[in-house]
Amino acid sequence: MRLKPLPDTIPDCTAFEAGYLVTQNGGWRSERPVIDEAKCVKCRQCYLYCPDGTISQEISVDYDFCKGCGICAKICKPGAIAMRREADYA
Amino acid sequence: MAVSVKNLDSREFFFGHKACAGCGGSLAVRIALKVLGARAVAVLPAGCMSAVGFNFPQLAFSNNALITPFAATASVMTGIEAGLRRRGEIAHVVGFAGDGGTADIGLQALSGAIDRGDNLIYICYDNEAYMNTGIQKSGLTPFGARTTTTPITGSVRRKKDMLAIVAANGAEYAASASVGYLDDYVTKIEKAAAKPGFKYIHVIAPCPTGWGIKTNETIEIAREAVDVGLWRLREYENGQWLENCAPSRPEDLVKHLTRQGRFSALDTDKLEETKNV
Repeated sequence: MRLKPLPDTIPDCTAFEAGYLVTQNGGWRSERPVIDEAKCVKCRQCYLYCPDGTISQEISVDYDFCKGCGICAKICKPGAIAMRREADYA
Repeated sequence: MAVSVKNLDSREFFFGHKACAGCGGSLAVRIALKVLGARAVAVLPAGCMSAVGFNFPQLAFSNNALITPFAATASVMTGIEAGLRRRGEIAHVVGFAGDGGTADIGLQALSGAIDRGDNLIYICYDNEAYMNTGIQKSGLTPFGARTTTTPITGSVRRKKDMLAIVAANGAEYAASASVGYLDDYVTKIEKAAAKPGFKYIHVIAPCPTGWGIKTNETIEIAREAVDVGLWRLREYENGQWLENCAPSRPEDLVKHLTRQGRFSALDTDKLEETKNV
């Protein structure tokens, strides 16, 4: 997801364009979900149950906004999602 | 056509929000908006979802959304619906209020909107305490749950039966759902969207922070609450009650409670007592 720049001037009201994203959530993560393509059966349960909507229908993770809660790894029946230490990817 | 994971709107309408990792409430909002579509107007009182969705200048909603005074969710929805109708626009007006905003603070406005029979969808995401302000007891906190305002023994009161209250007020449709069973939740939202009049959906949404569970256990706990019979999936339609499913493993009730940190105040006797409340 592309971020939008912070406005140059302070707006005079709090009405904003819908979906105005200026900061990411990826830094909250201590573990990241890694998908094993070979095991994935494309049931899309991870896409459905992700509270942040960071897994696309084509099963790829938006690491800018994934908070690393691990729901996807738990819901995945074939066990195609593993939670790996974020520090190893820094 | 029935909405399922295959034909659910691929666009995200609640994205980039600042909810805690593993938040059940944000999942309830995200899925509801996917069913109701881009034209839906989301109305949120003070609560977790407004606190995490509108972080100036970040706006996590990509459809129309606004925050109302705490007590006025249903009244503001009424006004928006009337305005849209006057302008000849067809859009769902959907409210997302927490358990405190529904059962305690917003109850009067909710009752008024039901009485007027306005064409609205009211979704209560129930995380069983005032989580946004730091886990204070609400009218929907269950017996024995420890909060910062019931720190020693846990709540000594039972959870209000919101669904029965809404039905008694004369809602067109009322249903309970769980974020653990999204197929059922999606079906109920679809059903509500197709009906005229006031529709109420009460969805149980575990909160890892307030319930003392791991962030990845949200869905499991939400499913378990239904399976052990603590949270019954019911529908109220045409003046009739319908039980959607019977608890599949009621024997696991104590196990379900002991794995949640908030029930740590319960000793063995009290745990037995919960079976009767």
